[in-house]
Amino acid sequence: MSELLYADKPELICPAGTPASLKVAVDAGADAIYCGFVGPTNARNFPGLNFSLEEMAKSVGYAHDKGAKLLCAINSFPSAGRTDIWKEAIDNAVSIGVDAIIIADIGMADYMSQKHSNSRIHLSVQAGASSPEAINFYTDRFDIKRVVLPRILTVAEIKKVHDEISCEIEAFIFGNIGMMAEGRCSLTNYVTGQSTNMDGVCSPANFVHYEEDEDQNLTTRLGEFAIDCIGCGQNAGYPTICKGRYNVSHRKEYYAFEEPISLNLTHLLPDLIKAGVTALKIEGRQRSKSYIRSVVSSFRNAVDGYARGETPDISDLLALTEGHKQTEGAFKSKAWR
Amino acid sequence: MKAENISDLDNSPGQNRLNKANKEGILRFLPPLPLFTLQPLLTHIVKSIAKKHPKLFLRLGNSANKTFLINPTNLPFFLILKPDPNNPTLKAHNRRDIIKHDVYIASSFATLLKMIDSKTDSDALFFNREIVVSGDSEAMVALRNALDDMDDSLASDVAASFGPLAPPIRKIFDLVNKA
Repeated sequence: MSELLYADKPELICPAGTPASLKVAVDAGADAIYCGFVGPTNARNFPGLNFSLEEMAKSVGYAHDKGAKLLCAINSFPSAGRTDIWKEAIDNAVSIGVDAIIIADIGMADYMSQKHSNSRIHLSVQAGASSPEAINFYTDRFDIKRVVLPRILTVAEIKKVHDEISCEIEAFIFGNIGMMAEGRCSLTNYVTGQSTNMDGVCSPANFVHYEEDEDQNLTTRLGEFAIDCIGCGQNAGYPTICKGRYNVSHRKEYYAFEEPISLNLTHLLPDLIKAGVTALKIEGRQRSKSYIRSVVSSFRNAVDGYARGETPDISDLLALTEGHKQTEGAFKSKAWR
Repeated sequence: MKAENISDLDNSPGQNRLNKANKEGILRFLPPLPLFTLQPLLTHIVKSIAKKHPKLFLRLGNSANKTFLINPTNLPFFLILKPDPNNPTLKAHNRRDIIKHDVYIASSFATLLKMIDSKTDSDALFFNREIVVSGDSEAMVALRNALDDMDDSLASDVAASFGPLAPPIRKIFDLVNKA
């Protein structure tokens, strides 16, 4: 048994890539769901994914009817000549009554604070704001209500940030772990010409090719470049350059950037809450309803269990992790490889 | 069944794998099956799903024009899905048939059923190498996302489309899922 940790439970923030996933997340116990419009305005711009304006409006109604909030992610970066697409998305999201808009671009934060001053802004992880000075700039200038912290801070550092800022803190607790400077990864752009940050596509699907040979070795390519060759029986990961294996001067088949692995902070939840985190975020808008149902219900039980002073067991989530491996990443230790 | 132009098949992503299975698998000893008996069922399934979920085609976008070869590896046939919004088709083919396709998806029948019944996560299946995919990744991702955007599950909708037979069909699905 653990100690009873808090009177006010933190919000559980869950992903949804489709209206059906949103309903699953709400029904599984999400306090808030984050999702984005079809197109380049959000950072998960994948084929067949995301919401039309009509779908988003209906989803707001569904969430509110069940006591949940809907957070609209408009968290990619517009380039010159395209800002109208982002502004229209913001206007649309406000018009249908979303509870907050997750913004990364400083220009769009300015647009929103001027045009929709009564609407709530959450600063996206893509903004990469990790110091009290940076976060305070956003709160002072644009009145942001919450910051989603980059996944590069230890729990102790999060506590120090919390003590020096006036807005709420949201932290990732499960899913993809991005150790690159978040919001500024150009690896996909370098190979395909499409930008993760400005087009919302990390490893665009039309550039991804899988080839499995007769011995069941799986080669993954992005454009013309092989980024991994996975032997028969070995676990695979997402087809991203940062998770690829390369032959470098001192090693063969080397994870030169990072290994396929997922963040899982189940056992750090009490520490995060003590550090001042008020919203716990699950990654995975690109994942299926089955993933959403399993992960959201597990973390609902975990958060509620810790609140009752129990230690939850959610070891079954390992099956859903990338590469069948999990880590507490930088939250536990600055060097975690 | 012969393809009109064999050279067109060079880029069909699953053809080599099917050829290998035909040479080595136990199924090569079986005579061609009378699959025409399955066809009314498959046509009923694909038409009823298309009628119930017209937005599915919006999510598919241009990928609705692609051809998907779905290979339940432990059954003696494979399926060809053409999700054309004007005339969606799902046809069963004997393993020796050569059909040009854009996307190849293969796994055991039970795993494929679990996937369309929203009982398992397709990314996790890929991580675990329980599913083999190749070909047009954009079409593959679009199909996955389109089929996932159903309030119940594709398998449940398939069962429901058979009216009074829905409960026993659902029970069979549940038994396969538990196996």
